[in-house]
Amino acid sequence: MADTPIDRLARATPSSLARRVRGLSDRAIAWVFVTPTILLLLAINIFPLIWTVRLSFTNFAANKPNAEVKWVGLRNYTRILTDPDIWQTMQATAHFLFWTLLFQVVIGFSLAWLINRKFRGNDLLTTLIVLPMMLSPAVVGNFWTFLYEPQIGLFNYAVEFFTGIPASSFSMLGSVTLAPWSIVIADTWMWTPFVMLICLAGLRSIPDYIYEAAEVDRASKWRQFWTMTVPMVLPFLMLAVLFRGIENFKMFDLVVQLTGGGPGSTTLLTSIELKREAFEKWRTGYSSAYAIILFVTVFGLASIYVKALNKVKER
Amino acid sequence: MKGFLSGLLRLRRGPWELLASCLIGLGVFMLMQPFVLWAFTWSFLVTLTGTVMFIITSHFPE
Repeated sequence: MADTPIDRLARATPSSLARRVRGLSDRAIAWVFVTPTILLLLAINIFPLIWTVRLSFTNFAANKPNAEVKWVGLRNYTRILTDPDIWQTMQATAHFLFWTLLFQVVIGFSLAWLINRKFRGNDLLTTLIVLPMMLSPAVVGNFWTFLYEPQIGLFNYAVEFFTGIPASSFSMLGSVTLAPWSIVIADTWMWTPFVMLICLAGLRSIPDYIYEAAEVDRASKWRQFWTMTVPMVLPFLMLAVLFRGIENFKMFDLVVQLTGGGPGSTTLLTSIELKREAFEKWRTGYSSAYAIILFVTVFGLASIYVKALNKVKER
Repeated sequence: MKGFLSGLLRLRRGPWELLASCLIGLGVFMLMQPFVLWAFTWSFLVTLTGTVMFIITSHFPE
């Protein structure tokens, strides 16, 4: 019989240790396996979180490690929550979040609905549609910067073709009113395939016999869609919204590449502002308080959402 | 409404979670609304209260 590595390991284990391991209960062995993961989580997730909470009550600056750190109480929080500029970044984030989620859900679900039908070239089309989400956000940002160029950009020429507005008469990235929409369009282009894939998984999980039974009962296509397809895809759709909502709340790279937060502060999302406070102005205590405010907001929303998702699944 | 109130009094999970969810939703709306600055100022306190309440009340009996 072949000598396997496990056999060799068993022979190499000192007999005292082997006796001790043999005496462990299943529960103890489970703990032995789980403990490294828990320790790792504590070290890289929980400890930094607690440390950030502590820093948020101080005037600590990471670029002055030897300076005296003073306890400032709730001052960082009150300064953030009474600052009209921070309020402006929250509104910019809300605009971005609302429209990207709406467009991605509507277009993603529609694409999944179309792709789910059986036709020639279905697989090739699916692969082509999911290509944007495989690209790096930095590449997509660069790519859309060229597309939005008023003189040579394809986007402006497409707008001119469909609406008659001269291509060189507007700049998507330079205009205060158009810049927030430019980041919504780029993000929708990149992440709609993700929503589509999740919806497609939901649509493909619906067994054919349910539709066959509905056909026998002479239910119309419209009724089948609203009373069977939508409720059965809803948990998948909610999961996609949860993922995209959290990701877009933290959106950084794509927007930095496209607009850098400008013009003015019209596309200055919370994560960009947070990075500026933390690593350009080096106000570590202040930015820690800012991060805690964002964390509590996302955590609260995610809690409600997971609860709602479980309820939909139970139905 | 009567069932909701009695659920609150008897510390039942459903109504308390609903109340906590409403507070979180209200807090997030206050944080991101473009109308009044005072709502933005108090938003974090409302969201934090809702989130802590949600964590606690999710351990209440059904």
